[in-house]
Parts: sequence; C-alpha cells; structure tokens
Amino acid sequence: MKIAVLVKQVPGAESPLPIVSSQDWLDESQVAYIMNESDNYALEEALQIREKNNDGEVVVVSLGPDRTQKVIREALSKGADRAIHIQTEGNYPTDPLVGASLFAETLKDESFDLIFSGLQSDDLGFGQTGVILGELLGMSTATLAMSTEILDNKIKVKRELEAGYFQWVTMSLPASISVQSGCNTPRYPSLKGIMGAKKKEIKVLTPAVVDQNQSIKKIYAPNSSKETVMVEGSVDQIVEKLLNIFRNEIKIT
Amino acid sequence: MDILIIIEDNNGKIHRMGLESITAAQHMSDKLGLSASVLVMGKNADSLASEASAYDMDEVLVLKHDLLNEYSSDGYAEAVTQIIDSESPTYVLFGHSYQVRDYVPKISAKLMQPFLADSIAIHFDENNVSLTKQMFNAKLLSDINPNGDAPYLISFQSASFLSDDAKAGSASLREASVTLDSSMIKTDSEEPFKESSGGVDLTAAELIVSVGRGIGKEENIPMVQDLAEALGAEISSSRPVVDSGWLPPSYQVGSSGQAVSPKMYLALGISGAIQHVVGMKASKNIVVINKDPEAPIFEIADYGIVGDLLEIVPKLTEAIQSK
Repeated sequence: MKIAVLVKQVPGAESPLPIVSSQDWLDESQVAYIMNESDNYALEEALQIREKNNDGEVVVVSLGPDRTQKVIREALSKGADRAIHIQTEGNYPTDPLVGASLFAETLKDESFDLIFSGLQSDDLGFGQTGVILGELLGMSTATLAMSTEILDNKIKVKRELEAGYFQWVTMSLPASISVQSGCNTPRYPSLKGIMGAKKKEIKVLTPAVVDQNQSIKKIYAPNSSKETVMVEGSVDQIVEKLLNIFRNEIKIT
Repeated sequence: MDILIIIEDNNGKIHRMGLESITAAQHMSDKLGLSASVLVMGKNADSLASEASAYDMDEVLVLKHDLLNEYSSDGYAEAVTQIIDSESPTYVLFGHSYQVRDYVPKISAKLMQPFLADSIAIHFDENNVSLTKQMFNAKLLSDINPNGDAPYLISFQSASFLSDDAKAGSASLREASVTLDSSMIKTDSEEPFKESSGGVDLTAAELIVSVGRGIGKEENIPMVQDLAEALGAEISSSRPVVDSGWLPPSYQVGSSGQAVSPKMYLALGISGAIQHVVGMKASKNIVVINKDPEAPIFEIADYGIVGDLLEIVPKLTEAIQSK
C-alpha cells in the first residue's frame, strides 16, 4: 500500500496575522507557523494503515516555500518514510485548482493507492485540494472521513453528514480521501523518530506556477457587527461585574 | 442563462441553504438584471420542482435519472457538469453544505473553472464580481476575484443570505437530461445513520457554559463543570475539546453538533471558528472569556472579557456559590 499525505503549513491559532501594506497577503516574517490541524489526522490515518498492514510506504507531500520543510520534518519524525516538497518561490498559489494541479503533476507517476488530506486548511479554507487532486488523477474520492477500513483493493469510509448523521461509502482504489479532524488520535514524534527523520529523503521539486483562476484582491479585518460591552479590571472586579450582568442585564435568577 | 442555482434535497424538501441561494440569486438579478433558474435532481425532483416553482425565478430545470436517485459525488458532479455545458450559465450557485463540499470541487476540476467556496457576500463593481470569504479561521476577511471567462462556481456559507427573504413568484418547469452510465460512479453508499447518542439535548437549555480549546487540558474540565453547576447551566463544547476526547461528542455545539439558542451562552476559551458559531449565534446573550483579544468569537459577543479563564472561572464559581 503506497500512501501519500498532503500536509500544509499554516499560521497557528495564536499567531499574529499582520497584513502587508499592499493588503493582499500577510507579513510572513511575523507569523508563527504550524502543521494544519486536520492534516495531523490525515497523517495519523496513513501511518495506522501502514502499521496495520505491516507493509507499505507513507510519503508526505507539501506545497509551499522553504519554511514548509519544518512541517515536512515533523511528519517524517512522526513516521512518514520520505517526503516530496513542491517548492514555490514567493507566490504560493491561493487558488485550490492551481495547487491541486501542481500536486497532480508531481504525483501522477508515483501511482499512489491512497492520498490522504485534511478536510480544509486553517488559512485559506477552500476545502477542495484533496477532491480536485483525486479527480485530476482519476481516483475515487470521499470527504469528511471519520474512519477508514481497508478491504481487498477497496477502502470503506465512514463519512460525516449534516445534523449528526453518518454514512459508510465503499470505493475502489486508488482513492483520495480527505479526513475530518477528530477521526483518530495523532501521535507525537518520539526522540528516535526525530533523530531518524534527519536521514530521510526530502525530494524538492520546483514546477512553474501557472495563472490562477481566482485571486485574492484584498485581505482585511472584519468589522464587528455587534456592540460588545467589554468587561475590564482585575480578576475580582471582573467577577463582580459579571455577577452584576448575570443578575441585572441577562436576568438569571 | 445567467445564474443557475443547484438545489439540494433534504428528504423531499428544499435544503434551507437552497432557499438562501435563491435569495442570493434574486439579489444578483436585481443588481445586474440577470436571469436566474434552478436545477433540481434526484428521486425527489418532482416535489422539489413544485416547491421551487413558487419562487420568483425564470425556470426550474427538472433532472431525473436512475443514477441520480441516490447521491454520489461522481454522479452529481458529472450531471451538473453536463448541465453547465449545455446551459452555459455565467454563475452557478450552491449552498456550502457538506454535500457541496463533497462533489463541487470535482466539477471545478472537470471544467478547470474556479470554485469560489464558502463565500459570505458578493459585490459588483463596474464589470468585476468579487466574493468575500472568511480566512485564517474567520479572523480575517478577503475579497476574491475570479479570473478568466465564466462559468464561475460559487457557494455561500449558511445564513449569508436569509431564506425568509426569497421572493415568491412563479417559475416554469422544464425537463433536463444528462447521459450517465454506472461505470462513472466509483462509490457504493450505504444508508445514512445516526450514532446512538445517549447524550444531552442542549437545544432547550436556558443557560449554557461552553468550553473550547482554551481550557488547555482535560484536568481543567471539572472547573467548568463546577461553574455550570453553580449557575444551573448545561455544559457544552466546541469541536477541539471533543476531538481531544475531553468531553463526549454529544456535548458539541456547531455545524457537526447541536444548534442552541439559550438565554445565555458563556463561551470559555472558544476562538469562534465558523463551524462553532453557526450552532450558537442565535443565543440571546453571548458572554465571552478568551485570552486572545483577536479571537473572532468577540465579534458576536454581547459581553466580552479578555482574560485568563483559568483564573476567572474558579473565582466566579465561588462568588456564585457564596451568594
């Protein structure tokens, strides 16, 4: 079983997000990057399948500038066997169709049985890359996967639907599956894993980025639509004010 | 054809987001003088068509095919792609439902045309259209332009337009057809099911204390339970807390959990990702405690406290108990 996992490096939940003066991207020098949350689950799902079958290869694939190698190393230290870094200088594609096309071009000759991705990135949040990639490579696709089961040359996926419903969907391999966060318990890298990761191969490719079908014109902070009463002071003062709000404003009895 | 709305079936009725898409299309028609039509498909196409024909639209396209009776991403993507090819709409509108996330990216790949997903607003200036989208976990907004020629696939986030605003009227029905064969459909789907919940029903709760990732670790959960008990409130959580196994899934509020509208929703250490916000923004009073002043949850807060919940919560519990 040959499995690719798409991982993306994105700003952490608590990172500052300063906007550059041209207003079309962030000042990346001030951003603290981490591995995209749902990609952790995609990686774990791939590692567990390899371990259960006691055979196969997990290849981590990431698109982005030099800094991206930090999350690639992290994935390798958790147990991925090797990596492919699709390096983009400067302009990281913000169009999922372009991003997925670059993945497709890179991966088409690798003949993966499975491609795992997180359901969406915590930066742009289009949630399309895994599906588009699967479609471009003629693979079966499924999204919002909560668990997976490998059958004979097939994969059975439990998908999350709306309003608390789920559904089992079975499809032939090769398949591109995007996973929902919470579908497993991602591991931490071991010390041995961290040491071993240094010797693992990272293949760097630098394809040309084609024209984008959609582009970001402007990034800005939202205006609050609601009047928010800010409660300030020491902890004791805040508690006192909150009690007052509970009693007299919200009228909790 | 200018605008084509793809309607989703919700057990024989139009999915709420389908009505919201009708409102969006009517808004675009009013602004730009465009014609707007609706596509319904699947085993409930007839009942969906009769419901859709009572809105102010040009036409309702009715598509029936044995291979579209049950949803499959391959079947639906191929069918809608063929309809787009034959009808040549400029804009194809969807609600950003779980089903749309599953199959519309395939259409984008088949047509090599952009899918402007999860938009919250649409703007027109001169001859350019732009879509507003939340990015970076809803902390920032961006305006996005499609480049090149139409068609443009666009999905709107839940509640970006209101279903109640959809104008009534009448639309004529027209049969549509596509060519599908079973070899195109690579998936085999079983019946949808609900997990035995055995959980809590938060939908009728008067007071809710809800906990997010900011609680830090499982050992801190009892602190929140103590506060809920002192207030006589139910406890709930955002997704990361459930994903970490700190509370069972039945406690989750949001798009994949319960939708609540209590008198007070006290959000502790919840950042306010849209998937959570859609489940609680109807609350009468939203009180937020979060140490990150930039957390998007503050945008919908009635009362906001920038501070450390681990310090505030125990003292608040104590103060309520001592009254």
